[in-house]
Amino acid sequence: MLSVVADTVTNPSPKTSGPPRKGRFFKNIWFFIPAIVLTLLVLTAIFAPLLAPYDPIKVSMREKLLPPFFMEGGTTKHLLGTDKLGRDILSRAIFGARISLSVSLIVIAITASIGTVLGISAGYLGGRTEAFLMRVTDVSMAFPGLLLAMLLSVSIGPGFWTVILALSILGWAPYARLIRGEALRVRGSDFVAQARVNGASPMRIMLKHVFPNVLNPLIVVMTLAVGFIILAEAAMSYLGIGVPPPEPSWGSMVADGRSEIDRAWWISLFPGIAIGLVVLSGNFLGDWIRDKLDPRLRQV
Amino acid sequence: MNQENPGNVIEIKNLRMYFPITRGLLRRRVGEIKAVDDVSFAIKKNETLGLVGESGCGKTTTGRCILRLYKPTAGEIRFNGTDISGMNENRLRLFRSNMGAIFQDPYGSLNPRQTARTIVGMPLIVHGMNDKRQQNNRVEELFKLVGLDASMMTRVPHEFSGGQRQRLGIARALACQPALIICDEPVSALDVSIQAQIINLLEELQEKLGLTYLFIAHDLSVVQHISNRVAVMYLGRIIEIANSRELYENPLHPYTKALLSAVPVPNPVIERKRTRTVLKGEVPSPAAPPPGCHFNPRCNLATPDCAESSPELRDTGNGHQVACFKVQA
Repeated sequence: MLSVVADTVTNPSPKTSGPPRKGRFFKNIWFFIPAIVLTLLVLTAIFAPLLAPYDPIKVSMREKLLPPFFMEGGTTKHLLGTDKLGRDILSRAIFGARISLSVSLIVIAITASIGTVLGISAGYLGGRTEAFLMRVTDVSMAFPGLLLAMLLSVSIGPGFWTVILALSILGWAPYARLIRGEALRVRGSDFVAQARVNGASPMRIMLKHVFPNVLNPLIVVMTLAVGFIILAEAAMSYLGIGVPPPEPSWGSMVADGRSEIDRAWWISLFPGIAIGLVVLSGNFLGDWIRDKLDPRLRQV
Repeated sequence: MNQENPGNVIEIKNLRMYFPITRGLLRRRVGEIKAVDDVSFAIKKNETLGLVGESGCGKTTTGRCILRLYKPTAGEIRFNGTDISGMNENRLRLFRSNMGAIFQDPYGSLNPRQTARTIVGMPLIVHGMNDKRQQNNRVEELFKLVGLDASMMTRVPHEFSGGQRQRLGIARALACQPALIICDEPVSALDVSIQAQIINLLEELQEKLGLTYLFIAHDLSVVQHISNRVAVMYLGRIIEIANSRELYENPLHPYTKALLSAVPVPNPVIERKRTRTVLKGEVPSPAAPPPGCHFNPRCNLATPDCAESSPELRDTGNGHQVACFKVQA
């Protein structure tokens, strides 16, 4: 008995240095599940040619509108069925991940960066800089997005980078507005006054004091934007100004299936589920990152 | 060179800070708030000047003008002889190592996303101490100085208690060995027991490091304890300034008398016996102060000529200055 007690005192078991593994997993379940889902989807996008059972753009009119395997008339050859041109839905969804995910990630990175830089400058520097930047933001928000997308598509031709350019030009303004408001709030705080008293330059204050304190809303909006951009890309594809047709994206697949929705719902449903998974995982992960970044919510 | 009194760390002359009141879409200027109106004083090295007054009387604005968080409308702020009232931001930035500040809200004045080490070390980095080891040693030294444990350096502000946060703020204010520290209500957000600790710490540090304080507060007993001299402000003006002891034992201005009579006496027997002067009315709006002596509508000595012109501060001997027509010198 005694020796056991002494043992636990001199050699603290690994348990005391942290919660047991299982407990840690369940505590961070809102990190692990979305992280796993997103990782799988990203891997799917990267290794699409290895994973997809068929060529996503191969037309086979004899096999058109086949239902998924679990339904009557479905075959295990086409697990998720085929569309009206007989293309395999599973293969298209796998390849579609490439365009949908890369468009949304690139657009979010670009718009969030532009919006944050302009928003912090406007909010912290104030005065004429702010007035000018905010009027530019207003113009950007008032500009008809569809028209701009069509103009771009006509002038430089439709394609992957055209979609990214159009969505980036249209998407930065809400970030700039949001971040400006947050920056205004931070500018009035005592710790910024302290930084000024200590002789910090405006640049240093914006980088070290304002930026870290506007991260929370920024991350929330970024994660919410994932779904919005996938859908915007879909809308552009639907209008023929997105990534040109045979190339699959989740959005264009949903749009494709719209005319057949009453008899072949699977064409829209599966890419729709994929979009939903990405959006939900993005939101959960965003919440989790926000909590982790905020030292006030850090568990002691 | 152009220093008038070499013993003074700071000299304020005719400081004015007017904030415009704008209205409407075109931001038309319809008036101004005279937050600080013709204030002059000086603080000697190693001295503590207390600045008291009701909320809204301009004491915080005065402090923030000296820190040049505001650009004063007029007047001089001579810091060891150099006038900083109109200095441009770039020159001012280098000059700022001469001043430190401690604010009222101990949590709000710490960036919640930085560690204690970064917070205290930032002034060092800004003023060119680039060597990491040197920085670390100095931060450690500062921690010890304000009574914090060096092991707390990696914590973030919300992991500290109120008193510890204020200690962190003091450590940061001391980082660059400033000539003057502006303490703007440094203890009014703290528990009474913690207040005493912080006040004692400030006094200890003053003795050890030869610091000079401008101590802004509304709590008269705290100010009495820590200050060598005390200035009383009312609606943007200093109405009385004297040695701490002199002011509390022999207040001359009717406003100061009323303020002091509002401080409760701990002995109930004396408390019951003493006569109290209770001020009538509210503090007038600083946007439309009463003509003449700002205090005349509430003053029990006021006569019609008090509303005619405003009294200047005059010396009644022994460095006791008062701005009142009715006080006999």
